[in-house]
Amino acid sequence: MTIERYCAPRTLDEALEILRAGPVSPFAGGTDLMPQSQAGRVRLAPVLMNLRRIEGMGGIAENDGVVRIGALTTMTQLMDSAVVRERLNILWQACDHFASDQLRNAGTLGGNICNASPAGDTLVPLLVLDARVELAQKPNGRIETRKLPLAEFLLGPGRTTRAPQELLSAIEIPLPAEGFYGAFFKLGTRPALDISAISIGLGALHDDGCLRSVRIAFGAVAPTAIRAARAEAELEGRLLDQDVIDAAVQAADTEIHPISDLRASGWYRREMVCNMLRRMLEDARSH
Amino acid sequence: MPARIDIAFRLNGVGKRASVAPETSALEMLREVIGLTGTKYGCGEGECGACTILVDGVTINACLMFAADCDGRDVMTIEGVNATPRGEALRRAFVEHGAVQCGFCTPGIMVQAWHLLESNPHADQATIQRGIEGNLCRCTGYKKIIEAVAAAEAVERGQTPVEQSREVQRG
Ligand SMILES: Cc1cc2nc3c(=O)[nH]c(=O)nc-3n(C[C@H](O)[C@H](O)[C@H](O)COP(=O)(O)OP(=O)(O)OC[C@H]3O[C@@H](n4cnc5c(N)ncnc54)[C@H](O)[C@@H]3O)c2cc1C
Ligand code: FES
Ligand code: FES
Repeated sequence: MTIERYCAPRTLDEALEILRAGPVSPFAGGTDLMPQSQAGRVRLAPVLMNLRRIEGMGGIAENDGVVRIGALTTMTQLMDSAVVRERLNILWQACDHFASDQLRNAGTLGGNICNASPAGDTLVPLLVLDARVELAQKPNGRIETRKLPLAEFLLGPGRTTRAPQELLSAIEIPLPAEGFYGAFFKLGTRPALDISAISIGLGALHDDGCLRSVRIAFGAVAPTAIRAARAEAELEGRLLDQDVIDAAVQAADTEIHPISDLRASGWYRREMVCNMLRRMLEDARSH
Repeated sequence: MPARIDIAFRLNGVGKRASVAPETSALEMLREVIGLTGTKYGCGEGECGACTILVDGVTINACLMFAADCDGRDVMTIEGVNATPRGEALRRAFVEHGAVQCGFCTPGIMVQAWHLLESNPHADQATIQRGIEGNLCRCTGYKKIIEAVAAAEAVERGQTPVEQSREVQRG
């Protein structure tokens, strides 16, 4: 590993120009890239690019019913944001379960998404919130952006559809309707500094004993964080009674593909997803 | 040719220059290049908090930060924290409450506690416990550390432990 050049561009334009010129390892907080490169799991490119100085790639703004979050926003900044706490509370809950104060101060939302860990804690609430990612590149002298649903961006552990010359510039979240209920559950062996063994996100609107606009997502039980469309369909618009909860849990069971690793066995992950989803739906009913 | 990067930043209130390799961590720079060894190397991967420093007023794990990213920023280590009134109060409280055994975790915990008390000087024990959850201590069992941090604010006001316990009894 020989790094020939280090750069810390101040504008997105400059950063994209550097990316176009050749292989670059970008980083923001460095909390994934530093340990991964030191352990030899990731080979750094000849150019190491610090994204943190890029102006206008942080900040949280709400416009026309869409919340736009700059890729450089840290977990602490998300937690300090009133719109995140009040309107996107499920994302706030996930940040609250994230590592430690030190890591929340350094780790960015863009880094969590681009690292694409199946256990990435923000991915589950972002899937529940129907988040879209914005990618920028500069192919022929002009900045071009594309937006796509997060679910299409994630391909597998550490893999996304980001092209090497692209940067993740922002995340966009349509504001959920007033009264949107969101709950995040993370299973670890201790509250702090633990990577999720499984995680579950549930979002819905209450309507007279029924749930509507139901969205369920799981972390760490498939190659990427996933939405559970069949479980959602079992719940959508139906009276939330024991039979419906049973059917949703059974559907979820068919949608997950947990593996065994040092954090948990596949069997345990499956049991926990089914039992905790059931508990979360019962909580939602009494909410 | 492997690159070297010349950076300039504030370190404990004083301007500092250093020349580092791109892959160097801020922790390695502080300890090996600059020679400030108060910041400890425990795990090197973000798990233990022994390397906690302040960058632009917030705490981070120095082992996870690229040294080059210090360029232009305001860095404070245990050596700087120690020289502040709050740092001194924390140090006295740690000694008076027996919150130090082997001492390896102490610099990191003091920096993290200092940061917590900056924004929340009257933090209760539950808040302190959450605030230092990124710092591991293999010796004390945390109880005395949490008590010491809770007592630091009173120490800063100049109270002795005896006066504090009287206050608690009266309260
Ligand atoms: C001890 C420890 C505990 C942790 N606990 C948790 C936890 O509880 N939950 C959790 O989800 N994660 C956890 N993590 C993982 C990590 O902290 C997070 O994934 C964090 O959000 C990464 O953000 P970063 O800015 O530090 O990423 P970086 O390390 O800077 O980058 C991560 C990856 O994304 C790329 N990248 C970053 N930003 C962009 C961008 N804008 N455009 C394109 N590519 C980009 C980088 O090239 C790199 O490959 C933990 C890590 C450690 C070391
Ligand atoms: S040495 Fe940095 S967290 Fe352990
Ligand atoms: S006193 Fe020994 S690790 Fe804390």
